[in-house]
Amino acid sequence: MTISGRGELTDQQRAVRRQSLSVAGATSVYGISLGALGVSSGLTVWQTCLTSLLLFSGGSQFALVGVIGGGGSAASAIAASSLLSVRNAFYAVQLNALLRPRGLRRVPAAQITIDESTAVAVAQPEVGLARQGFWTTGVAIYVCWNLMTLVGALAGNALGNPKNYGLDAAASGAFLALLWPRLKDRRTVAMAIAAALVAAALVPAIPVGLPVVAAAGVAILVGATGPQPMPPAVDEEASS
Amino acid sequence: MTVWTAVLVSSAIAFGLKLVGYLVPARWTRHPRVATTSALLPACLLAALVVVQTFTQGHHLTLDARAVGLAAAAVALVLRAPFLVVVIVAAAAAAATRALGWG
Repeated sequence: MTISGRGELTDQQRAVRRQSLSVAGATSVYGISLGALGVSSGLTVWQTCLTSLLLFSGGSQFALVGVIGGGGSAASAIAASSLLSVRNAFYAVQLNALLRPRGLRRVPAAQITIDESTAVAVAQPEVGLARQGFWTTGVAIYVCWNLMTLVGALAGNALGNPKNYGLDAAASGAFLALLWPRLKDRRTVAMAIAAALVAAALVPAIPVGLPVVAAAGVAILVGATGPQPMPPAVDEEASS
Repeated sequence: MTVWTAVLVSSAIAFGLKLVGYLVPARWTRHPRVATTSALLPACLLAALVVVQTFTQGHHLTLDARAVGLAAAAVALVLRAPFLVVVIVAAAAAAATRALGWG
């Protein structure tokens, strides 16, 4: 380990930069599929690009275009997208405690608070590196994700009937790929299956888009009433 | 107009949720039930989205080429393929199935 001079990166900082940029590269490529799915779901190129500029949360964007493409109402598209965004609020709480951004810096920090920037930040051994990892990952993904969305939207527009290219199935594959890494424990797998069954059962009965929102009810119900995975902290009671 | 509403309102809510996390006192969110719910929510929503995107047409449950695409995506995921490969495999499998005259 060498002490670096002004403007030079330490080995650790170089490692963080490498990690941030590789995460950003891997993530951004699938902005192409979002762009193509957006226009095939009935959004214009401009609307599709705005979801990446403003909404900027992959899962929520896929949900939004998925519900609209399926013929759902604006309200159910908003609900599905927003419920998927809730986790970002929890990332923000963690990052706020870890990075302590001040004043107006919290505005751009909020915009780039997503799965990947949070993951890179919390993986660092100390706060300076965490800060570097968060900003490098977040900004790099923001720039690349938006460029790739535009590329995908223009390509999707040029392709014609999306069904001929299986773009509707591409959305299925995208949702499954987003779900996959979350299926780490038996409880989550059971919950996901329950949510899938609830959604399937409700499809014939309630307006398009709402079955997805109802599935969120499964998570809320079990989270609010079910057994807890970890016992709550009881330090005070235990010592008294 | 409806699409504009969906895009703009979703964006405003998404940003609001992110920003509020930087502004609320951390203890408000430390309740274990809040943490459990927020961990389960994405998995449940995504599972429901898989089903609705793959097996429905409006109000009907259907089985068509999209199911073949989904199965191919699952195989790709088991083989640890990266995201973009999974998506392309799903699309290609469904397109091939349709080219063969089914779904």
